[in-house]
Amino acid sequence: MTAAWAVVLVVGVATIALKASGPVLLGGRELPPRVQGALEHLAPALLAALVAAGVVASGRRLVLDARAVGLLAALVALRLRAPTLVVVAVAAVATALVRLA
Amino acid sequence: MPPHGSRYRDGAAAALPLAVAVIPFGMSFGVLARSAGMGRLSPVVMSATTFAGSAQFAAASILGAGGGLAAATLAAVLLNVRYGPIGLSVAGVLRGGPLARFVQAQLVVDESWAVANRGGRFDRKLLLGAGALLYTSWLLGTVAGVLAGDLLGDPERLGLDAAFPALFLALLVPQLRARGSRSPGQGSRRSDAAAPAAGPVSWLRSHSALVAAVLGVAIAVCLVPVSPPGVPIIAASLASLVGAWRPDGRGAGATPTVRGQEERS
Repeated sequence: MTAAWAVVLVVGVATIALKASGPVLLGGRELPPRVQGALEHLAPALLAALVAAGVVASGRRLVLDARAVGLLAALVALRLRAPTLVVVAVAAVATALVRLA
Repeated sequence: MPPHGSRYRDGAAAALPLAVAVIPFGMSFGVLARSAGMGRLSPVVMSATTFAGSAQFAAASILGAGGGLAAATLAAVLLNVRYGPIGLSVAGVLRGGPLARFVQAQLVVDESWAVANRGGRFDRKLLLGAGALLYTSWLLGTVAGVLAGDLLGDPERLGLDAAFPALFLALLVPQLRARGSRSPGQGSRRSDAAAPAAGPVSWLRSHSALVAAVLGVAIAVCLVPVSPPGVPIIAASLASLVGAWRPDGRGAGATPTVRGQEERS
C-alpha cells in the first residue's frame, strides 16, 4: 500500500469517527471551556504553519523563491476580496511567471 | 442568506451558492492531490470519506513535500479535531438509532453546520439537505479535478506548489478576526470596533486566533531546518494552547464557532 492510500484510509476513518463521536456517544454534553478554547485555535495555528512551511520550506532548507511572490499576489487578491479560487489561481500564475522570467 | 423554511430542500437551497463554490474547490483538490503524487483514485476516496477540505489539502501538501505518512496523517486529523465539538453541538437534533445518527453525522461539514445554525440551535433537515448537496458537489468536483490533472503538465512550471500556501492563507484569513465579532450566524466584518480595546491583555484575548497563527508560523519556521517535512506543522498545533488561556475565567461559548469558513469545507 502506498503512503497516499494509508493516509487516505487513516484520515478517513479518524474523521468519520470524530464526526460521529458526539451524536453517537456523547449525546448533548459539552466540553470544558479551556478544551473548547484550545480546539478552536487548532485551525488558525495549523493553517498559518501550513502557509509558512509551504512558502519557505524546501525540504529542510529555508528559501525565498518564486513561491513568496505567489503568496504576496494571493495576499493582494485576498485584500481585494477575491473568491478563494481566484486567490489560488493568482498565486499559481504569479509564481509561474516569476519562474519564466 | 438565511434559509426560509425547514425542509431538506430549504437546506439544499440555502447551501446552493456554497455548493457552486465547492465544485471548483473540489477540482483544485483533485488537481493538487495529483500533483502531490496521490494518483487518481485515492483523492476521490479521500473526498468521499474525509469530506473536509482543509485537512485533505494539508495531507496532500505534506505528502507532496515528502513529509511521509505519519506527518500527513496527524496534521490532517488535527485539522479535523474540530468536528468533535461541532458534532457535539448538533447531537441533540439528530434522530434515530446509533447507525442512523452515525450516517447523518457524516453530512456535518463547516458549511452545512453554518447553514443549519439558527442562533445556536440547529435544524436537522436544513443540516442534512445542505450536507447532502455539499457532499455531492465536493465529490463531483474532486473527480473532475483528478481528470483535469491528466491534462496539466509539470506542477512546478504551473506554479501549483504556490497554490497550496495561497489556499491555506485564504482559509486562515477569515479566522483571524477579533473575537467579539464571532457571534454565530452573523456575518460581521466591521465589529472589530466593538471589541473591548482596554489594554494589552484584552487585545490579546480578542485577537487570540491571530496570536495562535503567529506562534504557529514561528514554531514551523524554526523547526523546518531541524526536522523532516510535516513535523513543523504538527508541532505548530501547540500554539492552539493560547485558546485555553482564560484570564477572566469565561468560557469560549456553548457552541463551537465556525469562524468564517462558510465558503468552504
